[in-house]
Amino acid sequence: MNQILARLFPPQTRRPDEVVIEFGIIFAMLSLVYLLTRLKKWGWLWREWLTSVDHKKIGIMYLVSALLMLFRGGVDALMIRSQLALPNNHLLPVGQYDELFTTHGTIMIFFMAMPFLFALFNVAVPLMIGARDVAFPRLNAVSFWLFAAGAILFNISFVIGGSPNAGWTAYPPLTELRFNPGVGENYYLVSLLIAGIGTTITGINFMTTILRMRAPGMTLMRMPMFVWTVLVTGALIIFAFPPLTIALLLTLLDRLFGSSFFTLGHGGMPMQFVNLFWLFGHPEVYIVVLPAFGIFSEVVPVFSDKKLFGYPAMVGSVLAITILSYIVWVHHFFTMGAGPSVNAFFGVTTMLIAIPTGVKIFNWVLTMWGGRIRFTVAMLWQLAFIPAFLVAGVTGVLLATVPVDYQMHNSYFLIAHFHLALIGGTVFGVLSGMYYWWPKMFGFMLNERQGKWAFWIFVIGFFVTFVPQYMLGFEGMTRRMYTYPPGLGWGALNMVSTIGAFIQGAGFLVLVYNVLWSMRYGERDVTGDPWNGRTLEWSLPSPAPAYNFATIPLVTHRDEWWEMKQSGRANAYKVKSSAIRPVHMPKRSAMPLFMGISFFVLGFGMVFSWWIIAIVGALGVIASLFLSAFDYNDTEELDPQDIRRSEAALGRLEV
Amino acid sequence: MPKRHRAHWAYRLVPLALIVSLLASGCGRQYTLLHPAGPVGQTELNLLVLASVAMAVVVIPVWILLAVVLVRFRDNPRHKGSYVPQWQKSKFFEVMLFVIPLIIVTIIAVPTVRKTYALDTLPQQKDPVVIHVTSLDWKWMFQYPAQHIATVNYIKIPVGVPVLFKLTADSPMNTFWVPQLGGMEYTMPGEVLPLWLEANKPGVYMGRSGQFSGRGFVHMVFQVDAVSHTVFNQWVHHVKTTAPQMSLAKYHALVHFGYAGEESFSSYPAGTFPTTSHGFTLTGSSPMVMP
Repeated sequence: MNQILARLFPPQTRRPDEVVIEFGIIFAMLSLVYLLTRLKKWGWLWREWLTSVDHKKIGIMYLVSALLMLFRGGVDALMIRSQLALPNNHLLPVGQYDELFTTHGTIMIFFMAMPFLFALFNVAVPLMIGARDVAFPRLNAVSFWLFAAGAILFNISFVIGGSPNAGWTAYPPLTELRFNPGVGENYYLVSLLIAGIGTTITGINFMTTILRMRAPGMTLMRMPMFVWTVLVTGALIIFAFPPLTIALLLTLLDRLFGSSFFTLGHGGMPMQFVNLFWLFGHPEVYIVVLPAFGIFSEVVPVFSDKKLFGYPAMVGSVLAITILSYIVWVHHFFTMGAGPSVNAFFGVTTMLIAIPTGVKIFNWVLTMWGGRIRFTVAMLWQLAFIPAFLVAGVTGVLLATVPVDYQMHNSYFLIAHFHLALIGGTVFGVLSGMYYWWPKMFGFMLNERQGKWAFWIFVIGFFVTFVPQYMLGFEGMTRRMYTYPPGLGWGALNMVSTIGAFIQGAGFLVLVYNVLWSMRYGERDVTGDPWNGRTLEWSLPSPAPAYNFATIPLVTHRDEWWEMKQSGRANAYKVKSSAIRPVHMPKRSAMPLFMGISFFVLGFGMVFSWWIIAIVGALGVIASLFLSAFDYNDTEELDPQDIRRSEAALGRLEV
Repeated sequence: MPKRHRAHWAYRLVPLALIVSLLASGCGRQYTLLHPAGPVGQTELNLLVLASVAMAVVVIPVWILLAVVLVRFRDNPRHKGSYVPQWQKSKFFEVMLFVIPLIIVTIIAVPTVRKTYALDTLPQQKDPVVIHVTSLDWKWMFQYPAQHIATVNYIKIPVGVPVLFKLTADSPMNTFWVPQLGGMEYTMPGEVLPLWLEANKPGVYMGRSGQFSGRGFVHMVFQVDAVSHTVFNQWVHHVKTTAPQMSLAKYHALVHFGYAGEESFSSYPAGTFPTTSHGFTLTGSSPMVMP
């Protein structure tokens, strides 16, 4: 018993701040359970959320999880920055610092950026293409619950067993048992493997949905730009995740079963892990940034009241980026001695990406040219993106310049570069998308005034944090340093950067206040089209009914909804009573949740090498697969009478 | 409305002001990358400046264009821009948008490729000093095969002579980096990677690792003391005659987790540096035995 407790709670996880957090988590859980019981909401939670296969609800669950993870990753970042604020600082113990930058990176990429994007995929894509759900609704729920299982497993490492501490890239042989005893790295490997299965399914699901379920008349070249980017992101996911899965699996075999794929000695080849990791890692960058480009391509035309400039060029550049993103991965390790020919090739391919990216930025600016720009919060995030991403792009090309990269590799210049790209690109993108689609998700608007406060505070903090980090790169500061001696001249810039980080934290709190305030007092969106939108989702009421479209629209133009309004057919969204047919919808199912729980149990058993627990979990996974495979009663017909009633209640029935 | 636009302008100036202050403060000695002390670092800095200028030529006008668009076309009755909601294509712009970045990329790519090859070629005029570098947990071990001496956490090199570092690791990965002399290269177990650097003025340069290697990572620092040829030879002689020998037991003690100060050894045991590797070599020299 004592042995088991010592593995679950090794001495290094008993730090005072973690004990406080543990009790905080237990208290929050208990009060949640109390609240649900008190308000008699358990049935509601079960029927409406936990077993739901509705893409809109899954999207909202992704969104809530992503915001929670943004908070967790942000707290990690603030602890990192507090430690670095002063030279020779010893605020945190060294081991904890290593855990923090590892969990910060992993959470922000895998458990914040990806689910935030999947939230918007789920909320927007079926509505934009005139579909009633995704191609595989139950698998969509499986994706979510596998993500949740992975995320929870990764997060409990903080209090049970110890967190991973080898960076989000986890290069072996540092992750090998002899250099890294303890279960932390197992958590990293297992939780990413589980979440990775979910991500792969999402990629397949959305690619199929977009290719097979568009409304009649919506040709590929009439699709909204966001849908294009989701389509290519699906393709990127399908081809990028297998190398990651293999790399993680082989490392797990090294750690759990004593194999020697990437070990020091015994013929292991650590560099092969690096190769496989970045074979995934670079497409991953575009997995998280291309959908953000898609969001901007929706937001800019709507708030400029103008057509998107150069739609075919936009599609072409998205496809070019997709293809190029597979042949640039070596730029993450120019300094691993691949030789000048390989380095020169990958340096040039990396620079080539600047061309389609530049085309896109020009196109957004030209979309605004000749428009009428409304500075809403969604638009402001886009406007902040352009200068931030230009700086990120320029410094990216500098890093692609091979000899320069020899100096910049793993320095704070690199840190500043990818934070500008990932926050300036992805985070600004998803926040823009969140403010844009919020009324469609929830039926009320986020307060614009408070949103602008959140925006300005966050963006100012963002530049104050990361511009000094570029300069620290020139001073020779390298990443993942726990502390640094005085006398190198790094102190002042690090202090400025830390202040910036706390300003960003304040911006996030204002954003949370904005959401909570608006939940209570926010303006209702009764029109369904608060922004004077252009695409089909704005022809629906907010929030859209479960079946989305009472009758599937016939698409004749690129910005279909805008064209309808232009030609005076704005009332065309009203549905003729006689046109409503029975609607075929998927049934809710507990299988995805059960599968997520089983995977969690399996993963937990793997992490601690407690095989009985792992086998129980594996049996659960197999059982849920079987139950689902032989469940033929998985769809239901909605009665047209019910649809008529609900459309009439929304004032959309034409008698 | 106008008040908000002033705020916009101010915000757009923030990064610009910071970049200007960066350039202005670039003269400070703490910006080690901007003060190279050798030809490799100088080449890398020159390329950095060239690429930055080439891109600034495009990026700054785009910032200005964006600012102009935001002022001219804001949704305001007094705005100057005409409203053309259907304007969505222009052959001229679409070709230019493609051609301008292509030109910039070409301007940067051509010297990049040339310098990538150039820096991978050891200068032939002088015989290089060879130093075998092994990163350990958490210290650097240096062996001079020609002089047959070894040091820990510091090296002395002669000024004006290329130094060929052969890098390996008996630990998790690190990178060997002396910012003022030039860029870094990984030290990896089971591989020997070459890197050449040269100091063209005497001085003490800081070296560190750029790859996280565990809890002692911040101790992966070393000093490079560039001295004249005669001083270098005197130092070698001094180490050879006064320093202790490195026994195999001492080597194993060094490999073990822990920190070390600066140490010198008058000899080192054979077989502590791999003789073969997966085999990447510098073009123009073939110093390593291929397997």
